[in-house]
Amino acid sequence: MNINTTKIISLLFFVFSAFYLYLAYQIQVFTFDENAPFNARTFPIYLGYAGLFFSGLKLILPDPNTIKVEHKNLEYKKTGILILIAIIYGATILKVGYFLTTSLFLFASYYFLGERRWVLMFLLSFPFVAAFMYLLHGILDIYLRDPFLQSIGIMG
Amino acid sequence: MIEGILIGLTTALTLQNILMVMVGCFFGTIIGMLPGLGPMTAIALMIPITYGFEPATGLILMAGVYYGAVFGGSTSSILLNAPGVPGTVATSFDGYPMAQQGKAGKALAIAAWSSFAGGTLSAIYLLFMAPSLSKVSLSFRSPDYFALMILGLTAIAAFSSKGQFLKAMMMVVLGLMLASVGQDSLSDITRYTFNNMNLTDGISFVLVVMATFAMSEALTIILKRNDPTSAAKQVSLTELGSIKINKEERTKMYKTIPRSSVIGFLIGVLPGAGATIASFLAYGMERNVVSDKEKEKFGKGSVNGLSAPETANNAACSGSFVPMLTLGIPGSGTTAVMLGALLGFGVQPGPRLYMTNPEIFWSIIMSMYIGMVILLILNLPLIPYIARILAVPKNYLIPLILFFSVTGIYVMSFNNFDIYLMIGIAVVATFLRLYDFPMPPLILAFVLGGLMEENLRRSLLLSNGSWEFLWDRTLTACILATTILIVVWHIYKTFKKKN
Repeated sequence: MNINTTKIISLLFFVFSAFYLYLAYQIQVFTFDENAPFNARTFPIYLGYAGLFFSGLKLILPDPNTIKVEHKNLEYKKTGILILIAIIYGATILKVGYFLTTSLFLFASYYFLGERRWVLMFLLSFPFVAAFMYLLHGILDIYLRDPFLQSIGIMG
Repeated sequence: MIEGILIGLTTALTLQNILMVMVGCFFGTIIGMLPGLGPMTAIALMIPITYGFEPATGLILMAGVYYGAVFGGSTSSILLNAPGVPGTVATSFDGYPMAQQGKAGKALAIAAWSSFAGGTLSAIYLLFMAPSLSKVSLSFRSPDYFALMILGLTAIAAFSSKGQFLKAMMMVVLGLMLASVGQDSLSDITRYTFNNMNLTDGISFVLVVMATFAMSEALTIILKRNDPTSAAKQVSLTELGSIKINKEERTKMYKTIPRSSVIGFLIGVLPGAGATIASFLAYGMERNVVSDKEKEKFGKGSVNGLSAPETANNAACSGSFVPMLTLGIPGSGTTAVMLGALLGFGVQPGPRLYMTNPEIFWSIIMSMYIGMVILLILNLPLIPYIARILAVPKNYLIPLILFFSVTGIYVMSFNNFDIYLMIGIAVVATFLRLYDFPMPPLILAFVLGGLMEENLRRSLLLSNGSWEFLWDRTLTACILATTILIVVWHIYKTFKKKN
């Protein structure tokens, strides 16, 4: 059997399905439901077996369309930084507020992706987010929590 | 039906809804034009905007985005040979050679007129077919629905996976597994929540769509930024030439459009098929029916070769609304996203939709006509300007997609956990995409998961735990036989290709 990344993913999915199936059997059901033709664990059990079946087949059968990914051509560093910025954005958005965190997130993302046109970067972050906030909050009446703007008295 | 049409027209022709179709078509065209971003991403990005609207208005906006994105995809196919959506790959076969001959404007005009005609004709077919199918589908029972969902999931796996059926089926199972997280709908017993309160209500549909499409597409674009195989060819976007179509070209289009629209619509109705298969089939059929002299021109800038796939892919878009509106079962990933949004509005699509919510049912159909007209008005004169959007730098595009994704989740839940979960799913989806694991089957499975479990529950309870319900009714047995046929045909095709 030729080992490639697709096979490794299939193996991981096989293990994941086995774990899912194990948890499916652990689902607590009501006593009167225990021997019913269908209860809360029935569907997950079928899904677990289906996962084992398809990933098992993918593992066993030969793979004629092997996907070759040229890792040296991939931008792991920039993608990683972008994910990190998104995580920080997610972590601060509730505490700091929508306007400031979103604007900073956009500005930082433009910068890390290699942009250096400062005026355009600014226009497409702070004023852009303000306009978008106005659209959501002001026109469409969608609530946006923003402690920062509330603390400086801009938002009620 | 006349009453329904009038209700639909009254709803669709309000100033707000016309505006929504225009906005949807415009943004859809722009997003669909950008290589790598398709209708599903476009619609997903629009979901947060629709929260503030009535269901009919929200859906009209999303439908406008859908047609716009499919049309926009053809622009990048013709000008860059880089289809924005898979449904416009066949457009590039003759559209790009035409553009290389200095007739880009003409190619775009043929695409615009063909899309308009295909979309309009199929909206007429939909008008007559949807109510009849709704009446028929009232006789469907739980086993039929369960079998139909199996058919839909198998078909989308077979058609969307480019020869990777098992990978697509793994994605189907993963989608169903994600859908099983949270409280069981009948007993309220929690499953796979790991005592985390944030998972009690299950994983949000918007979160999964944003993560697997919008966010993971953005990450994939950055990841493959320096990949020479995915780089788009640079062509002049300012010299497009005339957009006038001469009499001879028009005559060719008059013959091509009706037959391609029928194929497109019928393929669109089939679960799992959709615009991509429709456009390829229409292209293949057109090559077979034209004269030998015309056949020679295919692949070198043929008018028929460009008109056929463009007509078919737009016709398929309207066709794909049929199973969603009449059965409540989406036939494609894109309509699955729309179904999820409908459920979010508290509207349950299905055979009774046109009775319980006629304004939604009919206004979507009527807005298709309006959408097609707007697309034509919008795209023909604006083609030279819209084409320049293709030059938008990725440095700005990617952060904006991420921003829309996070905003979508933020306004929905005000919860950090959901944002982390979305980023986590997006990272996994990006990795899976690198190895050609398709995402549409996952989304369709996620949307259908709850309904599928519900129908299986009813079927098994009624048959006292026996699986005989699968062949007890003729309709159920026929649907399952079709599913088996699809699987066998797919295995045969793969085997034949291998040899």
